Parts: sequence; structure tokens; C-alpha cells
Amino acid sequence: MRFDIVRRRKWFFLLSGTITVAGLIVMLVFGLNLGTDFKAGSRVQVQFTQPFHTSAVAAVFAKANLPLGASAITTAGTQNSMAVIRLGYELNAQQENTLNHMFKTSFPGYVGTQYDSVSPIIAQEQSQTAVWAVVFASIGIVVYVALRFEYRFAIAGIVALLHDAFIVISVFALLRIPVDLPFIAAVLTIVGYSINDTIVIFDRIRENLKGAKLKSLADLEQLVDHSLWQTMTRSINTVLTVLFAAIMLYFFGGDPIHNFCFALLVGLISGAYSSIFIASPIWVVWRSRSLRREQKAA
Amino acid sequence: MIKWGRFTTWILIVIIIFGLTFSVGPKLFAKIPLGLDLQGGFDVLYQIGNGQNITAADLNSTISALTNRVNTLGVADPLIEVDNGNRVRVELAGVFNQTAARQFLSAEANLQFKSASGKVLMTGKDLMNNAAYEPDPTYGYPDVSLQFKNPALLASVTKTYLGKPMEIWLNGKMIQNATIQSVITNGKAVISNMPSVQYAQNLANLLNAGALPLPLHELSSSSVGPTLGRAALHATLLAGALAILLIFLFMLFMYRVAGLVAVIALVAYSLLLLGVFAGFPITLTLTGLAALVLGIGMAVDANIITYERIKDELRNGKSLQSSVVAGQRKALRTILDSNVTTFIAGVVMYGYGTGSVRGFAVALIASIIVSLITAVFLSRSLLMLLTRSNLVKNPWLYGARTKEVAKR
Repeated sequence: MRFDIVRRRKWFFLLSGTITVAGLIVMLVFGLNLGTDFKAGSRVQVQFTQPFHTSAVAAVFAKANLPLGASAITTAGTQNSMAVIRLGYELNAQQENTLNHMFKTSFPGYVGTQYDSVSPIIAQEQSQTAVWAVVFASIGIVVYVALRFEYRFAIAGIVALLHDAFIVISVFALLRIPVDLPFIAAVLTIVGYSINDTIVIFDRIRENLKGAKLKSLADLEQLVDHSLWQTMTRSINTVLTVLFAAIMLYFFGGDPIHNFCFALLVGLISGAYSSIFIASPIWVVWRSRSLRREQKAA
Repeated sequence: MIKWGRFTTWILIVIIIFGLTFSVGPKLFAKIPLGLDLQGGFDVLYQIGNGQNITAADLNSTISALTNRVNTLGVADPLIEVDNGNRVRVELAGVFNQTAARQFLSAEANLQFKSASGKVLMTGKDLMNNAAYEPDPTYGYPDVSLQFKNPALLASVTKTYLGKPMEIWLNGKMIQNATIQSVITNGKAVISNMPSVQYAQNLANLLNAGALPLPLHELSSSSVGPTLGRAALHATLLAGALAILLIFLFMLFMYRVAGLVAVIALVAYSLLLLGVFAGFPITLTLTGLAALVLGIGMAVDANIITYERIKDELRNGKSLQSSVVAGQRKALRTILDSNVTTFIAGVVMYGYGTGSVRGFAVALIASIIVSLITAVFLSRSLLMLLTRSNLVKNPWLYGARTKEVAKR
């Protein structure tokens, strides 16, 4: 006897609903930790070969006469060997040069620095663009899926997709990880991956629907459950291979893409989950309504 | 009966793929331009002017002035592009003095030759761009030699103001107060008594690079130290190699001979992708590299979908050959549908993104197209050749469990 996924849908809806509401509360209370890309100012990312003392980095800024806000210095990277300093003002080329020299002389394990500065106009433009990108990508996907399948599949797929994007955003809000432009790329990849994963399952449901005589909700549930189990090995194997890639990038990839890879990891797991446990059950709920109407008419 | 001809073709294709990968692959990779996050450099977005309307002429002269300046710096493959009508983006990758370059790029070389009464007689626009540092022939002091576009103008100015002082102003600062000592008819002049050789060289560069018609203000900037970029590149390549190795082992373990075909197709995928990046050329960024590694995971999906379909067909009691044919046919539609949706996400990302997001989008789009070619068509032909050669007959070698197939 196989585990009935669709019949237990309430539990999955409840689980995802809880996470989503919790995420919403976290975001409303704490807000997102906006990175320099979306907030005017400068971000300095210093790479060392070994763990460092935050106070030593603070001393460099004090010596350069550059004021630091409270908790402006955070550590990052796989071995906590990267310092990320956020400033509310923009550094100029000369100040960056001074800092470079001072880092080089004060830290033996200094590798290099990355500076990012953004003015308020650009910050605002970029955050708007990012939101529009997600909106337009979603619309494009809905239109395509609605044309190739039917609108109910499209909407169910989009709900699952927004669920994944939202979970990643919530996790970043909760863990206070700064949100920057690569993060948007990560969210968009998750959007692409999530729908990709969902479509494979929908494709199987559509195929099984051909010639199937649906008389009751139970028939529908059974058909979808059967489709889910038919594609289960593929779902698991695919997410495993993508996870291999993401995990390797997370642990061994360059420190500058650490957060980016973390977003991918969270999103890929959520995407695999939502494709099976959220997207198809939503479609069942919706389809069963029209099934009832058809039966009344008959 | 084993058909050796088909098997030989199969072997040949495999040899060609691996041979090309190992011989051409590294060369192709070396040709791919690396983004500044992988080799160091900076990216600056300038606002042109102080909010006034920017005409096409302003824009053109700003760009040509910036191009001249970048050329003086000697940085390879600079990127100078207009953004949003009144902004210009400059991207310089590689190893050079970033601070000096940035200051030099936006410096206003506003050169004016004024009379004592403050009348502007000539400007930097009248100069040819061959100003050069020269040591003074008699005393060896640093001089800057200049040549004017219109010798007649210089002649008339020197004639009118002969014996009178002429001031040279750079960016609103008087740098020289000379006395015109003779009428110059050949258009050549010298600014003498520079404070240092470096100053003279810098001045010559600025003069050659031309005056900026409007001031430039930095809106955003990003600079990466060269060592940091290289460290990130090496780390990400290592991560990618490990990821590919794991994926290969997984496919071989799960799908055996069919898994081997998938591995070969993935090698071809990597080679073809290198070719696309080197051929266009597309700049490889850190997020782009991540997209490629992730793309391998996604390219594998097409194989997994196909192989699971083949297993389904085997379970339904079909023979191995017809299972492979039917499985591939049924899988194709699914693969196309699922890839188009990701493709749409990639196109939107490209249209709306800048910088790293765009690099990622390009890599994603390229990897989708290439994976369709290799993971579908190449993988398909290789599998068919192998099946039809009758060399591999056991469904177990295609990842099916013997128990399942026995059900027929």
C-alpha cells in the first residue's frame, strides 16, 4: 500500500500555510536585511586565509577615519574567514585605496577586497526591477502553461512557485542574511526550477487523464496519486543531482557566492517538496469543484 | 545477433567527444572572457552631467572621451555602454591600479588657454591628441609638448599676444603662466616647467584623452581585487568538478549503461557550452559559473525523465528496443514543456537584470539550449545505437530492476 499524498493534502497545506504565515510575520516584524544593492551605501567584503578578529577590522576603519555603525561588521564564508562591512555612505576610490593598503599591512592572511557602492537612485531602481522581473517571469510562465495545459494547472503551478520563492525570502529574513542582486538571480532560478519540476508531474497527470473516466473526487485523488508515484523516482533522482551541484557550490565554491548558494539550496528543496505536495493537491481541489458541477449538470 | 557496425559507430562518437573535450576544451576555456568578479577589476556606473538634458552629441563625445582614456590605460577588453539614456557604464577587468584608473576616467580635463584679461583664446578641443612628456632639451626639466589642430589659429593668437602672458588653466586651476616668446606657425607648442615627470605624463594623458563635455558622477561602483577574483574562480571550479563527479557516479550507479550514455552526453554538454561561451563570446561571471554547474544538474533531468519512462515501458511488458523508442518519444514532450518554462524565466531575468543577474541569465539560457541538444538528441542517438547493436540486452543495464521486468 502506497502512501496517499493527495488524500493527506490538508496536512501539507497546513504545513506550508504555517511556514508561510510564520515567514510573513517574520518579514513584517524584522523586514528584509537589504544588501547594498538595494540600499544606498557601500559594502566592503574582505577575504582572509584564516579567521580574523572583528576588532582588528574595526581598528582599520577607525584609523582610516571611516565611521562604522553598530554591528556593521559580520563574518561570513565557509571558514568564517570573510569580513563583510556595511556602511551607510558611499566610499570613494581614494578611501578604497587607503583601506586596501591598511588591510594589506595589518593582516598577514589578507587575500583581497571587494567593494560595492550604490547611490539611492540606483538602489531604488534595482529593487523595483527585481520585483518586476519576478512578476513578469510568473506571468510568462502562467501564459505558457495555460496554453499548453489548462489555466488550473498554470495557477496551481504558480502558487507552488510563489510558495518556494516566499519560503526562501522568509528564511533570509529570519536568518538576517543580506538580500542582494545575486539573491534575486537565485530566487528566479528557484522560480524556473520549481515550475520545471512541477510541469513534469502535471504532464503525467494530463497523460493519465486522457481516456480516464472521473466519477468522483476519490477517482481524481487516485489518478493524481498514481501519477505522483509514477514520477516519484524521477522527482527524487533529479532533485538529488541538482542538490549535489548546489551543496558542492555551497561548501567549496567561492565565498562571494555563499549566500547565493544557500538561497539555491533552500529553494531547491522547497521546490521539490511543493511540486509533489502542494501543486498537484491544489489542482485536485480545484478540479474537483468543476467535477461536482459537471455531475450536477448530468 | 550483435551488430558490430552500430557498436563501432557508438565507440567512434564517444572517442570523438572525449578527444575533443580533452584537446579543445582547455583552449576554449582559456578563450572565455572572465567577469571582473573572477579576475578582478571594477565596474562603475556614471551619471552624465548635473541633471540637465543629455543630447546624443553629449553622449557620443562622453563615450569617445572615455574610450580614449581607457585606451591610454591599456586595459584589455573594456566595456563602455550607455545605460538609460543619461548614464554610462564602464567595466574594466584585470590587474591594474584601480584607484588611479577610476580617478583618471572621470577627471575633467578642461584645458583653457587664457589671456591675462581672462579671455579664453583656445581650449583643449583645439588640441591634437598627441601630447607627450618630453624632457627640456637644455635643462632636462619635464615638459609637455602639444600640437594644435589649426596652426593658423595658434599663429594668430601668438602674434596678437606676443610678449604678453598666457595662462594655462586645467580644471579651473591655473597650471602655468607663460609668456609668449615667439610667433608659432607650425602649430607646435610646449608647456614647460612641470613639477615632476609623473605630473607631466599625467597631464599629457589627460590632454590626449580629451575633455569630458559634461562632468561624470559615480552612481554605483563595484571593485574586486584580482587575488580575490582568482580565489573565487578556483574555488568555484573545484566545486564544479566535485559536483560533476558526484553526478556522474550517481548516474552510473542508478542507470548503469544508460547512465554511462548520460555521462557521455554531459561531457558533450560541457564541451558545447564552452564552445558557445568562447564563440560568442559570453563573459563568464561567478553566478554564471554557478548556473552552469546547476545546469548540469538540470541537464541530467532530461536523461532521468527518459530513463524512468523507459523503465515504465519495460514494466508494461514491452521489449527492450520498443521500450527505449517509446520511452524516448514520451519523455521528449515533458522535457520540452519543462524546459520552456525555465527558458521563460531566463529571458525575463536577462531583460530586467543587470550585471551579475544578467550573467546568470545568459548562462542559464545557454545551458538550457545546449542541454536540449545533448541530453535529448545526442543521448537519444547514442542510446539507440547501443540498443540496436544488440550488445546490451539486459534491462538491468538500463537501470530497471530484474524483478519489475520479470512481471511480464
